[in-house]
Amino acid sequence: MSKDNQILEDLNSKEYEHGWSVNFETDEAPLGLNEDIIRWISTKKEEPTWLLEWRLKAFKIWQAMTEPEWANVHYPKMDLQALRYYSAPKQSKKPKNINEVDPELIAIYERLGISLNEQKRLQGIAIDVVLDSVSVATTFKETLGKLGIIFCSFSEAVKEHPELIQKYLGSVVPMTDNYYAALNAAVFSDGSFCYIPKGVRCPMELSTYFRINAANTGQFERTLIVADDSSYVSYLEGCTAPQRDENQLHAAVVEIYAGAHAEVKYSTVQNWFPGDKDGKGGIFNFVTKRGICAGDHSKISWTQVETGSAVTWKYPSCILKGDYSIGEFYSVAVTNNYQQADTGTKMIHIGKNTKSRIVSKGISAGKSQNSYRGQVQVMKRAHNARNFSQCDSLLMGDQCGAHTFPYIDIANSSAKVEHEATTSKIGEDQIFYCNQRGIATEDAVALIVNGYAKEVLNQLPMEFAVEAQKLLALTLEGSVG
Amino acid sequence: MLSIKNLHASIEGTPILRGINLEVKAGEVHAIMGPNGSGKSTLASVLAGREEYEVTEGQVLFQGKELLELSPEDRAREGVFLAFQYPIEIPGVSTTNFLRTALNQVREYRGLEPLDAVKFLSLMKEKMALVEIDQKLLSRSLNEGFSGGEKKRNEIFQMAMLEPVLSILDETDSGLDIDALRIVSNGVNKLKSEKTATIVVTHYQRLLDYIVPDFVHVLYKGRIVKSGTKELALELEEKGYDWIKEEVDSTATV
Ligand SMILES: Nc1ncnc2c1ncn2[C@@H]1O[C@H](COP(=O)(O)OP(=O)(O)OP(=O)(O)O)[C@@H](O)[C@H]1O
Ligand SMILES: [Mg+2]
Repeated sequence: MSKDNQILEDLNSKEYEHGWSVNFETDEAPLGLNEDIIRWISTKKEEPTWLLEWRLKAFKIWQAMTEPEWANVHYPKMDLQALRYYSAPKQSKKPKNINEVDPELIAIYERLGISLNEQKRLQGIAIDVVLDSVSVATTFKETLGKLGIIFCSFSEAVKEHPELIQKYLGSVVPMTDNYYAALNAAVFSDGSFCYIPKGVRCPMELSTYFRINAANTGQFERTLIVADDSSYVSYLEGCTAPQRDENQLHAAVVEIYAGAHAEVKYSTVQNWFPGDKDGKGGIFNFVTKRGICAGDHSKISWTQVETGSAVTWKYPSCILKGDYSIGEFYSVAVTNNYQQADTGTKMIHIGKNTKSRIVSKGISAGKSQNSYRGQVQVMKRAHNARNFSQCDSLLMGDQCGAHTFPYIDIANSSAKVEHEATTSKIGEDQIFYCNQRGIATEDAVALIVNGYAKEVLNQLPMEFAVEAQKLLALTLEGSVG
Repeated sequence: MLSIKNLHASIEGTPILRGINLEVKAGEVHAIMGPNGSGKSTLASVLAGREEYEVTEGQVLFQGKELLELSPEDRAREGVFLAFQYPIEIPGVSTTNFLRTALNQVREYRGLEPLDAVKFLSLMKEKMALVEIDQKLLSRSLNEGFSGGEKKRNEIFQMAMLEPVLSILDETDSGLDIDALRIVSNGVNKLKSEKTATIVVTHYQRLLDYIVPDFVHVLYKGRIVKSGTKELALELEEKGYDWIKEEVDSTATV
């Protein structure tokens, strides 16, 4: 490669580093969506009848629903009949462990900087990787198995642990919940399942890495995390997609169940392709994430760094059912160019002495629109519920928008709900101050933005925090000066 | 080292600097005094490259380079340091992290390897001792919630870390208590060498007892209207600026 080409490629990859795709043989469903397709998917996955019936029921419900329009986002309606609902890399035989996975697939992940080789991996993270519609590998299964921890693909869990799946599937996010959740229930193809038994503290971070590779394919994965009483797990989710001119749909569902005294930390660094500078292409990210603090003294904490996607529609929520349970939501959402994000959380206080904390940091640049939408609901018997919300917006330039929609709904007068909101701009004097110390403007912006988002970034596991910082800087490149 | 010739600058169309001439040689200390609003901070900002100010005329050479053609960050990397009259707050960014980014960018510009964490820390320790700054302050958000004196001390700490060629101290003495003034001044004196130069902007003779200037200039209405040695500062302390203003204003109206 000539030097110029090298430079050009570097520049290109700065825009969206993970925008490449790979051609390999796939097993695909025909385009479109109908009952037959759902049967096709279910057969392909050798599913039990109860699951097929569950899907078909969801499909009926979905058909009667209409796409929601209340979010502060505008996008061309997607033709859901023009999508493909299943695409999987063809593997000659089902790999039993990581050594049997097609090297070509492993190479894809190596290129994303994710090594599936257990020896090479950093200690302390087990990973399940999902490519388009299927899970291709899960690492450290045996190590975890010794502790009774189940960590595997959703499909495998359906086969190996049907009683757990039947018990928890749809228990936190019912298929009737919303348009995309119903669609997901009908067509979901794979995802991760994780079960932490009573009293077990998971010794490593569990992680799922989602990648959309195929064109015209929607990704509909489901993640189900069950933390039994007095257990602990920290879960990470990462995602990327190739750069394509057409929009692609990602409609996932994540369900978390926390028993008494259990704690689940769920962290996401979302880096789907955001579309190009002119707003062409990009992922539509319509995701339903919800956790239930079912037992007393349980805790669920969501941390998200949202940098990608053309349109994001996402409200990780906590149902605080157990007494003394705690819900937390920490979010950084960055939008640049023509990106739109409508994201926030719902904290539903049901139990007594429940607490929730919301820290949302929006950053908007370019012509993007960034909305925080949050709901704090205190039910009648939730005595002494406490909520603290902090919603900050940072604006870069004068063509972007930041919006805050807090909804507060209180049915118990002992509740204490605090809401603070600020809007600020990166000051020219801050940038000049950095410049005067020898720091270039781009780096100054990165420094200031990372400082602004620090409270949220501090919640992330170390390895993720570094990646997140880089992503923030990358997303905002060229937005000042 | 620094040669300012007929420098004119304005902000939003209002001329503030109206023909500054100044020669600073290596090893020298220059004090700039003058009434409020005369343009002292403006001069400092223009030298540092603040974009709000439009340079309408004149030339500045710094070590043979056209200073005005360099970006603010390149001026800093060439060795120009400005201790701000009003240091800026950057929430969530510690002084340590800020300086590490700054120092490594400066080093990269000068073709040096970045300092690893261990070397950086030992450099910090050395410079902390110089200005007697508390390590706790350095891990807090930069200037956020710092007292006036802490901000000023932190500026001089940054100067010590970045080892500039030309340091411009804009009213670094204001806000410092008596002991701090002595400590910070001693720090500045220790950083001086044959190869560096210092411009101190101040209102008070007191500072000049510690940082002894080779020359004192009076800035008034955007021009240097009087220059002298350190005795001029004593004279100003005693008589104020009125006599100079009268001199200037009477000749200006003729
Ligand atoms: N953004 C601005 N718009 C209009 N006038 C400005 C602006 N910034 C500075 N000035 C004016 O320029 C003049 C010079 O200001 P400068 O800060 O340089 O004074 P100074 O000599 O440093 O004063 P002090 O001793 O009070 O620090 C002042 O009259 C000030 O009001
Ligand atoms: Mg001033």
